[in-house]
Amino acid sequence: MSDVQLTIDGVAVSVPEGATILDACRAEGKEQPTLCYLETLTPVNTCRVCVVQVTGSRTLVPSCSRVIEEGTDISTDSPAVRQTRKVIFEFLASSVDMSLVDEPTQQWMDHYEVDPTRYGPTAADSPAGARDGRHAGHHAAPVGGLTETVAQPVKIDDALYVRDYGKCILCYKCVEACGPDAQNTFAIQVAGRGFDARISTEFNVALTSSACVYCGNCIGVCPTGALMFRSEYELRKASMWDEEAQTVTRTVCSYCGVGCNLELHVQDNRIVKVTSPQDHSVTSGHLCIKGRFGYESVQELGDLENTPIDAVLRAARTS
Amino acid sequence: MYAIDPRRTTSAQWADVWLGIDVGSDIALANAIGREIISAGLANDNFIAHATSGFDAYAAAVDEWSLERAAQVTGVPAGVIRDVAHDLATAETAQICWTLGITEHHNATDNVLALINLALLTGHVGRYGSGLVPIRGQNNVQGGGDMGALPNKLPGFQDVADDESRAKFEAKWEAAVPPEPGHHLSLMFDAMERGELRSLFVLGENPAQSEADVARTRRLLAGLDFLLVQDIFMTRTAEMADVVLPAAAGWAESEGTVTSSERRVQRVRKALEPPGEARDDLEILAMLASRLGHDLGTTHAESIWDELRELSPMHAGMSYRRLDELGGIQWPCVDEDDPGTRFLHGDLWEDPLPRDPVPLIPTGWVPPVDELTEEFPIRLTTGRRLDSYNTGVQTGGYSSPLRERGSIEISPEDGAAFGLAEGDQVSVRSRRGSIEVPVFFHRSLRPGLAFMSIHQPDEADVNLLTIDAWDPKSGTAEFKATAVSIQPMESTA
Amino acid sequence: MSAEANDAERAAVNELLGAPDSGWDGGDRSAADHHIARGGVRQTSGVRHLLLPALQAVQGAIGWVSPGALNYVSERLTVPPAEAYAVATFYALLATEERPRRVAHVCEDVSCRNRGGLDLLEELSGRGDVMASPCLGQCDRSPAVLVQRAGEYDASLWNSTPEMVIDVLEGAEPIDPNPGHYGIPQTEAGSDGLRLLHRVGAIDPYSLDEYRAADGYAALTKAMEMTPTELIEEVKRSGIKGRGGAAFPMGVKWEAVVAQESDPVLVCNADEAEPGTFKDRGIMEGDPFSLVEAMTIAGYTLGAHRSYLYIRGEYPRAARHVASAIEVAKEAGLLGEDILGSGFDFDIEIRMGGGAYICGEETALFNSIEGFRGEPRQKPPYPAEAGLFGLPTAINNVETLINLPLIVLEGGDAYAALGTPDSTGIKLFCLSGDVVTPGVYEVEFGATIRDLIELAGGPLDDIAAVLLGGVSGSFVGPDQLDLPLTFEATREAGVALGTAVVMPFSSSTDFDDVTKRIAAFFRDESCGQCVPCRVGTVRQEEALFRLLNPAPTNGSAGEIGLLTEIDQAMKLGSICGLGHTAGSAIQSAIALGLIGDRG
Repeated sequence: MSDVQLTIDGVAVSVPEGATILDACRAEGKEQPTLCYLETLTPVNTCRVCVVQVTGSRTLVPSCSRVIEEGTDISTDSPAVRQTRKVIFEFLASSVDMSLVDEPTQQWMDHYEVDPTRYGPTAADSPAGARDGRHAGHHAAPVGGLTETVAQPVKIDDALYVRDYGKCILCYKCVEACGPDAQNTFAIQVAGRGFDARISTEFNVALTSSACVYCGNCIGVCPTGALMFRSEYELRKASMWDEEAQTVTRTVCSYCGVGCNLELHVQDNRIVKVTSPQDHSVTSGHLCIKGRFGYESVQELGDLENTPIDAVLRAARTS
Repeated sequence: MYAIDPRRTTSAQWADVWLGIDVGSDIALANAIGREIISAGLANDNFIAHATSGFDAYAAAVDEWSLERAAQVTGVPAGVIRDVAHDLATAETAQICWTLGITEHHNATDNVLALINLALLTGHVGRYGSGLVPIRGQNNVQGGGDMGALPNKLPGFQDVADDESRAKFEAKWEAAVPPEPGHHLSLMFDAMERGELRSLFVLGENPAQSEADVARTRRLLAGLDFLLVQDIFMTRTAEMADVVLPAAAGWAESEGTVTSSERRVQRVRKALEPPGEARDDLEILAMLASRLGHDLGTTHAESIWDELRELSPMHAGMSYRRLDELGGIQWPCVDEDDPGTRFLHGDLWEDPLPRDPVPLIPTGWVPPVDELTEEFPIRLTTGRRLDSYNTGVQTGGYSSPLRERGSIEISPEDGAAFGLAEGDQVSVRSRRGSIEVPVFFHRSLRPGLAFMSIHQPDEADVNLLTIDAWDPKSGTAEFKATAVSIQPMESTA
Repeated sequence: MSAEANDAERAAVNELLGAPDSGWDGGDRSAADHHIARGGVRQTSGVRHLLLPALQAVQGAIGWVSPGALNYVSERLTVPPAEAYAVATFYALLATEERPRRVAHVCEDVSCRNRGGLDLLEELSGRGDVMASPCLGQCDRSPAVLVQRAGEYDASLWNSTPEMVIDVLEGAEPIDPNPGHYGIPQTEAGSDGLRLLHRVGAIDPYSLDEYRAADGYAALTKAMEMTPTELIEEVKRSGIKGRGGAAFPMGVKWEAVVAQESDPVLVCNADEAEPGTFKDRGIMEGDPFSLVEAMTIAGYTLGAHRSYLYIRGEYPRAARHVASAIEVAKEAGLLGEDILGSGFDFDIEIRMGGGAYICGEETALFNSIEGFRGEPRQKPPYPAEAGLFGLPTAINNVETLINLPLIVLEGGDAYAALGTPDSTGIKLFCLSGDVVTPGVYEVEFGATIRDLIELAGGPLDDIAAVLLGGVSGSFVGPDQLDLPLTFEATREAGVALGTAVVMPFSSSTDFDDVTKRIAAFFRDESCGQCVPCRVGTVRQEEALFRLLNPAPTNGSAGEIGLLTEIDQAMKLGSICGLGHTAGSAIQSAIALGLIGDRG
């Protein structure tokens, strides 16, 4: 495979043919913000926070998916790029609860001096189910110009998952992980249109009535904490979630011969969450219900004196 | 993708074609496929001549398996069997994957040989993307064999009958290794039946619920002089024990390695302190040995692993450091420069052939042992569900939204024919016992075929029904084929 | 989800898809299904494109898509129910909640709203079977209404009164008040000198004989005596550029398509949904054979054997007329196999839109045909390389294509001599708003805004501004009336020709109301895929509402500054043209002082 030449912020760079702008930027040590991008998923180009300026292009270009052509001249920090990224982050932050995004994203938002408040006071939260019932092509006029958000009550259908769509930025990652990029279960999709688009099962039925197989791969890829282990959700609610006190240990799932790697997140000698390393060749971060949630057998939650979080974890088991 | 399964499972729904064969007709199908490949001139003659032996005898043996006869035995239309044969033979690469539907039969080894014959016939072996793939049901079924937990093998599949191998281990361990193979599980129970085996040490297994014809198992376990169980749970078997040694969970409370289906050795690590007085398996074994007057030395997992690397050439290159760096290594891995082996049997394509040709071994079809009769007209087959594991002791503890009650599933047609409604309590009877369970209807089943999972023995003790007819080579019982009758319970009528 | 379809729902789907093959795809289970099943989940790739037609079949027969019906469609096509639901809820004309069997959509868009649309909505308010609608493409005959009628064809009503609407909702047959009306005032006055519209209104759209008598199919006959290479050469010489809004040279596009290795597919974009646009409707309703002939010539030129004609769902009459023309042409050997004995096979399949402006974007249209949500794709790859079903695709607008017979008959050079050097040929314009005689007007390129308004009988009143190119275009002031509406002149003036909408607004216009409607339109029609457009269209509408309040929260300057930032983010950051242009008209209204000067 031959190399292609390009310039990034005025610096000449050579990358392998087929590389994306993001690949090239990372190779140069120029990290770009991303939300909907993940190495293990097909790029969907929807969040647009990774856009860069390409000379000759009328609009900005998503760096995560654009394959570099010979001689491309890229700016990652032009005024147009900075301003566009800032406003896009503000669009998200003014409509979605971004409090649980990862540290790098938080830093990017600080970097671009994101200020969601300048879009004015926010409108009231939607009642449960209201956003799920909206019909494409129809909406109520903004009341007093108040800023509409996707805030709504959390959805809890069972003892394993919490879906907090007030934190959903519609990055499509969960849809891809549930669908063709990992699980091929297709229990969820983006339904509705425009700002009323939402992640939904058919007719918004509870997950328990849907095709969901509880692999938790959607949780594994969610960048905003909209999808969460029930255990994490309940511990956070009880102000007992403490990442600094947690250890993360890599091991191998015991439930079949595939050899999925597990990362056990342990707090107070209790598993509180299970993830899987994306860079591992066996399943690229994906698991099944047993690997993701079948750990309860190693933690009888009887001894409350020893482990203060047990009461919360036990409550989380019952849906 | 072709899926061959009596039930149209979720995997089968993904296949381009599902072949819903009758339970236990695998060899009939495989032999007919083999015959069709040969008679259509699609066999890989060069590969057969180069790397195999016994072709003529095989061809003669499968000659009686016309497509029509196989259609009669399997239930699958002849044209579809022909399609499988042609697609398999003409595919650039093809894998034959199987799991317990092949191996939980009284003729399990023959079932596997019948499939191996097809791969040899078509040259779908020893090449990247082609091959024979037994999919393992546990994280370390492969690793158990690797480590010598087989009646006739030492670690690294070195034969106990081989003096040189034995000598190597004896020198290292400073102890004699018996040259005769031990018993596999089924032989052990036969030995108990004969009164020859009076004491048993069970590690991490729950035979009192998992064995076929479990009433017999329980009787034999109860009749032992001494039963020692080492487990992480108080299983039904542990409840019967004289002494129970609480162990630490291998995947979360101990250090060590496991080997996956693809021969990938990976490390497991300790993330949790085990509860109470539970201890690491290695530590328990060392303490036992010590009480018996032997010092096993260190119980440090890596040291023991390094001892294995010294004694087992196929593991020699797998240091812990390399296992970490490479995300696991597939054996054989003979030294620290060896990246491991992605697929086996590539040497079958080398010229000259560096080993003996692989034999095609003719296999004959025999129906399941538990015959269908007027009294027992329904074929019951068993299996797993996605969210559960074996007898459910590990997976029973989490609140799976997918969990179904212990029950029997039958086809909607049979449900109507028997005058049943979903959820009705029924009596399921086999030649060995009977249980009472609720019944549900499922479209994956056809008339005459029923299914039960093995996960809820406390609610649905399916192994009271199953037959312990077992394969003489592997010792595996015929869990997949039980003849039963289903009767509505009086109370629900 | 376990709901089951009723018999009527099954019948509606089966009418489209045929009876199920087996118990595994929705039929009754027979002994044959006990041991064999073909085509599992993966067969989806082959039939998924029938998803939208199947959902439309249910909607059309029952009046909504129930959970049971959705399950049955999913089962028949092996599409996961969540995917089918995601597609169903993307389209405004599909309902996933039960509603009356007849529903009226009353246009409230920029042209109709002040010409009876809002009054009609007011008078019908309170009815559960009446709802507001974006532009229905009938700006020449406001107020426009579309009635969806379960079990019968959908009906367009125009010059609508409350009584007309209620009658149809309550079961009366819709009466065509003016059967020959296609919105082409020029032909109503006699078709002399017209080259594209001369047959519209002059012939019976169902009659092939009348079409042939008026020079119909002369071009196809001539084209088939030429080679595809010669035809492409003529197209290139004609200098014709696409009329759908992007103004890309058609010859260059087609060369790129035929340069690909696999057989191409032709798509005609008749998803004419830009508010104020109705020219393609007139052609399809009044001269449907001309489109069929043009597509056939295009297919022959490109070496395409398959083609799709994607007509917006709000054009039931156009679809009926074109469907009839396709049937008649096939019977006459002018379409289908072995056309005119040449050995060339070509077919046209009509697909109906479901009420989604975004599907006029070419890659969204591909996704819509393929049975996915009508979300635009990131380009590259461009349609010429990988378009519909991943095949090399030529996608052209209706108006562009119907120039093709003219180019064939008169030659590329003769065509290029019309209009201006950079904007060759004939152009259709959609005149609506405050003009005396709204309609589609055919002119040579070069006519000014003033010329066109005069052609439409002149303005109703003093002109305060003209909306050019639709709501994705921009307002221009009265000082621009002498701007020639050519590609080059509009580009130089910083405005877009777009879909050739010319909509004058008189000085009495409430521009606050008009711009609010434009903002609402984009908020409704954004597909929601990318953040800048999904959220930007909402933030724009909110900021506009605040700006137009008596006391803007951030002050006028603050809100205007915010609107500009929002516009820029949508323009630079969005995936497709919808986001790129969603702030355009509002920005121009601010710049012209039409709104937002309250301090």
